[in-house]
Amino acid sequence: MANLKELSKNPEVITGGHRLCAGCGAGVVIRQALIAAANKNVVVTSATGCMEVSTSVYPFTAWKIPFFHSAFENSAATASGIETAYRSLKKQGKLTDDIHFIAFGGDGGTYDIGLQSLSGAAERGHKMLYICYDNEAYMNTGIQRSSATPLGADTTTAPAGKIEQGKEQNRKNLTHIMIAHNIPYVAQTYLGNWNDFVTKVQKALEVDGPSFINILTPCRLGWAYKPEDTMNIGRLAMETCLWPAYEVERGVYKINIFPKEKKPVTEFLKLQGRFKHLFKPENAHILERIQKQVDDNWAILQRRAELGKTGVVA
Amino acid sequence: MIKTVYSKGKLVAKTGNEVMAEAMRQIEPDVVAAYPITPATEIVQIFSQFVADGKVKTEFVAVESEHSAMSATLAACAAGARAMTGTSSQGLCLMWEMLNIAAGLRLPVVMAEVNRAISAPINIHGDQSDTMGARDTGWIQIYSENSQEAYDNMIQAIRIAEQAKLPAMVTTDGFIISHCMEVAEVYPDEDVKKFIGEYKPERFLLDIKRPYTLGSIELQDYYFEHRWQLAQAMRDSTKVIAEVGADFKKTFGREYDFFEKYKLDDAELAIVVIGSTAGTAKVVVDQLREKGIKAGLLKVRVFRPFNGEQIAKDLANIKAIAVLDKADSCSGTFAPLFTDVASALYANGITTPKLVNYVYGLGGREIGIKDLTDIYAALGEIASGKRAVSKNVEYCGVRI
Repeated sequence: MANLKELSKNPEVITGGHRLCAGCGAGVVIRQALIAAANKNVVVTSATGCMEVSTSVYPFTAWKIPFFHSAFENSAATASGIETAYRSLKKQGKLTDDIHFIAFGGDGGTYDIGLQSLSGAAERGHKMLYICYDNEAYMNTGIQRSSATPLGADTTTAPAGKIEQGKEQNRKNLTHIMIAHNIPYVAQTYLGNWNDFVTKVQKALEVDGPSFINILTPCRLGWAYKPEDTMNIGRLAMETCLWPAYEVERGVYKINIFPKEKKPVTEFLKLQGRFKHLFKPENAHILERIQKQVDDNWAILQRRAELGKTGVVA
Repeated sequence: MIKTVYSKGKLVAKTGNEVMAEAMRQIEPDVVAAYPITPATEIVQIFSQFVADGKVKTEFVAVESEHSAMSATLAACAAGARAMTGTSSQGLCLMWEMLNIAAGLRLPVVMAEVNRAISAPINIHGDQSDTMGARDTGWIQIYSENSQEAYDNMIQAIRIAEQAKLPAMVTTDGFIISHCMEVAEVYPDEDVKKFIGEYKPERFLLDIKRPYTLGSIELQDYYFEHRWQLAQAMRDSTKVIAEVGADFKKTFGREYDFFEKYKLDDAELAIVVIGSTAGTAKVVVDQLREKGIKAGLLKVRVFRPFNGEQIAKDLANIKAIAVLDKADSCSGTFAPLFTDVASALYANGITTPKLVNYVYGLGGREIGIKDLTDIYAALGEIASGKRAVSKNVEYCGVRI
């Protein structure tokens, strides 16, 4: 567990004054991840997206550590190239520093266009941490649906209309896909619990090989809520068991946080404009479907965690 | 016939792919990231064996696509490593986005490229459509007539790229050069290493004590200046290419210029061509010269940057010129090489030569002595006024 008193002494490596929206979850993700890694040398890569365009507007930069961006779909391949250069130069004695590598990508750059690049890098075993800040749509281009967009959400390319009620498909489960890569460490967390996220980042950076953290990151613009509700909504994702905090270490599942009381999923949905249409009486069946999925997934995850306790690996 | 010109040189029988891999072994980059594709596969295959046998210190990344190959290679380069890759055809097409980024970020990545037709229809044989499609991406492009040139060009490309701060691709014609065994002279490892020197980037990501941001977003206020700098770097690279070529001649004995002139100085009729077809054309020039026809040849070695001033000078006194393109442009007008040659002549005030553009060899279609003899015959008729200059592309060897 991370110690807040200790962490507070760590230097900030991302400055204020970046151009992310008020209430943006992505800025919190970068800040907490890098505070967690502050006692290490870190090189960061990022996919094209909100985080990247808002923190590196030439001739300014919000990054006090090496930061590299080249394109949208290749944050993982990019980090793998830098990590390989590091191994090569280190092996030859041209470099002495110990350096860690963190690749960031949004859900568009990770679940969709960057999935192949991520899968390739994970399979090749590069020692790097990939953090997906999953805000469940293409926010930088204006809230288009991605494969991380949940059922029923209103986006600009799967809008709620007279006939259709937002996205008609279920979301992809990327955390499971990454677990299937048999990499040393995969974790899922949510915004609004600094301790869980920081602890996971620190754990991930210690493993010898690839690690992956999927953090559900509210987007006030795309999810349509008040900026001050970001953390609250992040926590509700866990408290409703819609987005549980768990980790898979060398194949063993562990649920990190159990909600005191499992809240109905509508508690999470009702604060967000993107789900507003689901609360019309005629859409009650969609809410029921979402609740059933949450319940089923939570039950399956608990079974997996029980199996983990008996030594069964994924 | 290749003969030893360097005192410590050694003649070997190798295919184009083998000599390119051999050059890479001697260059011994810090990182190679690559993906297999016909007909370039052998280059990375042979190189992987060098890695597996401990003959190089290079870290090899067997990436999952060419897009990731270029992404990882340019990232390794940005990190401070000397980084190389190799590809062909569809692979280069998939890399296209990243080719522009490598150039835009001014990263001196060097790539072995084997020219192959592009889909559709799918075809694995040699034409230059792939690299011609990448001609304006900000990469230096050096084309090779044979294995010897492929080897020598690879060695020079490292220094050229690093001095010019531009990525560079060295190409051979698919199968014709890549898979054809030829005699080539190779130089000792230590002499190649001495020639290329160490890679010492000014800024690099792994320089952890001097952190910097690379790959920023630049809007209306800065983007244009950086793109201008890229174009200017390409213009300025002519000086670097000439200097490296001169030093290469001084060191290893072989002369390399932007263009190779073959019996061109007193020629009245000339073919301008890129790559292995130049070898066949030289035979035709010799045959025609025996008959008293003043035929000549200009082979383009460096296509990017295009040294327009020099080519205009070289071609100024020719009566009729056929520019042969092994790629079409689908532009509704002329093919890439012709367009650049015609622009260069006009911009330099050379308006007397009559110009004709032939597209040939697509998908590996053979071009032989007879085809080239016919082209010179047509040039003769154009020069004497018996035949009008076509206002559009002529095709050589296609059934229309």
